[in-house]
Order: sequence, then structure tokens, then C-alpha cells
Amino acid sequence: MIRRAVLVLLVCLFGVYSGHIYLTPTTDGSDPAVQAGKMIWQKKNCTACHQLYGLGGFLGPDLTNIYSAKGPDYIKSFVQGGTATMPAFILSDNELKSLIEFLKHVDETGRSDPRRFKINLNGTIASN
Amino acid sequence: MERLPQTNISPPKKLILSALVMLLLAMTFGVIGSFQYVVPGLYKTFLSFEKIRPLHVTSAIFWILMAATGGTLSYLDELAGKIDQNRLTQGQWIVFLVSVVAILVSYSIGIFGGREYWEFHPVLAIPVMAGWILFTINVVRSTKKLKDRPVYVWMWITGAVGFLITFSESYLWLFPYFQRNIVRDMSVQWKSYGAMVGCWNMLIYGSSIYLMQKISGDKTYARSRVSFLLFFIGLTNLMFNWSHHIYTLPAASFVKHLGYLISMTELFILGRIIYKWKATVTSALRYRHLLPCRFLMAADLWIFINLSLAIFISVPGINLYTHGTHITVAHVMGATIGINSMILLAVITDVMNKACGSLLSYQRQITAGLISANISLLVFVTALTMAGIKRTHWQMSDRTIPFSVMMNESLPYFLVFALSGVALFASFIVIVYPIMKNALACSAVNFLSLKLKIQPAVE
Repeated sequence: MIRRAVLVLLVCLFGVYSGHIYLTPTTDGSDPAVQAGKMIWQKKNCTACHQLYGLGGFLGPDLTNIYSAKGPDYIKSFVQGGTATMPAFILSDNELKSLIEFLKHVDETGRSDPRRFKINLNGTIASN
Repeated sequence: MERLPQTNISPPKKLILSALVMLLLAMTFGVIGSFQYVVPGLYKTFLSFEKIRPLHVTSAIFWILMAATGGTLSYLDELAGKIDQNRLTQGQWIVFLVSVVAILVSYSIGIFGGREYWEFHPVLAIPVMAGWILFTINVVRSTKKLKDRPVYVWMWITGAVGFLITFSESYLWLFPYFQRNIVRDMSVQWKSYGAMVGCWNMLIYGSSIYLMQKISGDKTYARSRVSFLLFFIGLTNLMFNWSHHIYTLPAASFVKHLGYLISMTELFILGRIIYKWKATVTSALRYRHLLPCRFLMAADLWIFINLSLAIFISVPGINLYTHGTHITVAHVMGATIGINSMILLAVITDVMNKACGSLLSYQRQITAGLISANISLLVFVTALTMAGIKRTHWQMSDRTIPFSVMMNESLPYFLVFALSGVALFASFIVIVYPIMKNALACSAVNFLSLKLKIQPAVE
């Protein structure tokens, strides 16, 4: 009986917590170009090698703030030309523009550079 | 008429045999991928990393899913009598096989859904979901008959139902409300993934508790307060600790602090492992002659190493240094290979022991593979950790050298990582080959018996 009650309690808390996560307002990226860019990011499976906020594959660098760090032309040349490791991707001008818009949008949501965080005494971190 | 030993391979065993094939495929793709770290551009034109990584990850996930469900269903068969849902299992097996073949082919021709872990097109999630629904119905129906349910039954039900919820949740990104908010999307994605891993762990750990009970004959632990306390701690972590994946994401602080706090409850589990160390070793030594027990002993060691590392990197201030580096990969590999695969192989060597003949004649060979696999894994994880430390140093420094130069400087670690991966693969072949040979011998016997009209024994 107690076991079932604990289980029900946990499931209820999980439901409330999930609702909280779903409803918390965040930066809106409903611009069609951003959305199209996100789809290209996914269709080309960029996450296999690159990370956003440190999440993804580790063969390539984190691209969260690549837009502000290197600019659109740098991104364009890497996507079109590839590198020793990365294949060149054949994208139309519109697709390339959308992908850059997506990376610009991601860049505006925050900073992933770990050097920008302050470590508190209780082990938590805060963005500087 | 002459009678032969067991003949037909039951549906749960078909799942297990397919899982072993997936394990070998995962290792093959993993080895190719690891050499792409050593030789940049290797197979870039036809099998570049954005293809090889999902091929590896999906094969590994299906190894776990098929083996975990096959093991659970085999034990339910033992517990609840001859389960009358073999048709459901057969259906699940066929659906999973069709799904995984379609997924691997789609990757090969460059069709992706582009989400980490589930990198296949979302349409292919439908058969995966359908297969899991069959499994869940099977588990729920079979356990209905059981009275005074021990903890492993709770774990199997929670794992089966929980996976359905979290797998569905991982596809919320298809709705524009989630899709258009990158922070919300990533939060929900990692919320679902964290819980999903917890769900298949429930199946695996549940089976390991059942197996330990079977080996020792002691039925008290699985009904004890301590076992249920540990189950609820595990469940709480499954539901709420996932945010240690997203400490640097600009999500609400409350969510991250809760993840940190809940993750620290695992200290209780770690403390218990240390406290019970002597008893665990004594018990393991008593049953060390049994093949499944040898795999469980290896898993115990990896649980200690990985749990310590998991708690360590769940502290946000430490996670800041390890996040986005190969230290995370080392942790994942330690958990997936060292814990999950060792437990699953323990379950498989138990379930498949009498699939046809006994595995006893292969005991030395399998044990040699087990020892070699664990040594290789230790080297593999250490090399990844070293590469991770190198990357951490680069990330936290003023980055005077470009990313590519840092990766070049990490080549010695990647070389050790790739070579130990080859050794790990070879070790798994040594383990898996006799298990498959032993089981498939029955199919050959069955086939011949039909041809020669010899009466086979019913399994």
C-alpha cells in the first residue's frame, strides 16, 4: 500500500514537473528562416560531430556561438568547402542562408563557453 | 523415434540472438568511427562520421533494447509459467528487426532525423513504438498473474511503461510549440533521454536482481524494504536528475539545482556499495564458478567506477570542466559497456545456457573473452578520459591554438582509444560466438530433423 502511494506521488510530481518544463517561456525562434535552418541542421545530422551547448558529437567544435565568434562568411566557407574531416555540403543559397540564420538564433539564446561561468561555493554555477 | 534435444528457438531467445548481432554491428561501426579520429577524413566520401556515428549508436541502442526485453521476457516466462504471449514477443521481434534494418539502411543513404541518439527519420519511430507497445502489453499481462510482486517485477513494469512515455516525449519536437524554442526543445530532449536511459536500466537491473536471486536461492532481498528503497531512489533519479546534462543551457536555475540535488542522492547508493563491499565479494567468490556470476562481478566493479564518476561530474562546478569533452563519452562507454553489457551478457549466458547444449563446454573461452574485454575497456575508458582532459584544458584556456590543432595533439590518446576498441571488439567476438553457435546449432538440428523426419523434442 505504502509502495503504491509512493509510486503515485512520484508520478504526480513528475507530471507537474514536466508541465513546468513545457510551459517555461524561452527565446522564441519562430522565424521561418530559423525553422528552415534548424531542419537543415537536423537533416544533415550536424549533431553527429558538432555540439550546441556542449551536447552532440565531439569530432568537431561546439557551434553555439560560432556566429558571433567567426561571422557568417566563415560558416559559409566551412559548410561549402568542408575540411580534412568534414565533407563539403551541397546546399542551395537559400538553405545556406537559413542554416546561418539558425546558428545566429542559437547564438542569441546564450553563451556556452565554460569560461563565462562562475563557480559558487555550493558547487552550483552562474553565468557571468 | 529418436529424440533430439531442444529444437525451436523461442521468441525471447530470437530477440536475444538478434541483440547479439546488433552488438557486433555496433562494435564494427564503433571501430570504424574511432579510426576516423585517428585518420581524419577516412571514408569521408561514402561513410563519413555523420553516418557512422548514428549507425554505431542505433546498433548499440538496439543491442540494449533487444537484449533487455528478451531477458525480461525469458525471466517472466520462468516466473509466470509458460507465458501465453509468445505471439506478442514474436511480433515485437519482427517489428524491431524490420525497424532496425530500415533505420540502418536510411542512415547509409543519408536520410536523418538529426536528433542525438534517435538520429533516424521520425516516421521510423512508429514501428519502434509499435514493437515496444507489444512488449509492454506482454509484461503487464504476464505480471498480472503474480502475487506479492518482488522489486524486479516493479522494475520491469516501470521500465516498460516509462519507456513508452519518454520515447513519446522525445518526439514532442515535431510540434511547432517545442520546435520553435531551441532552449525548450533541448530541455525536453534531454529530459526525455535521461529518463529513457533510466527506463532501460530498470529492465536491466531488474533482470540482474532476478538472476542474483536465482543463483543464490535467496528470495528475501527482492522483497525487502532496502530493495524497494533503492528502487524508489532510482526512480526519483530517473524522473528528476536529467538536468545534469544541461547545466550550461540557459534553462531555469531551479531545474538545474533540482537535478544537482537529486543526483547527490546517488551517494546513498555509492555508500551502500562500499558498506556492503565485503559481503558482495564473499558472495561473488562463492558463485564465481558460474558464468553469469562472472559477468555480474565485472558489472559490480564498473558500477562502482561509473557511479563515482557520475556523482563527481553531476556537481555543476565540476561538470563545467567535463561537459562537452570525451570525459562524458568515457562515462557513457563505461556505463553502456561496463555495466549494461556485462549485466546483459550475464542474463544471456544464463538464459541461453540451455538453448541447445550447455555453455559449460565454452566456459573457459567465454571467461577469457570477459577478462580481455574488461582490460580493453579499462584502457579504452582511460584513453577517452585523457583525450577529455586535453579538451578541457583547451576549453578553459585562452584557446591560443585552433580546435583542429588541439585535436591533432590528442592523436596519441585517440590511437590508444581506437586500438583498445579493436581489442574490445575481438573480446566480444570471443564471448558472443560460442553463445550464438550453441543456440543456432538447435536450428540446424531442427532443420535436419524435419528433413530426416526425426521427431524433435518440444522446447
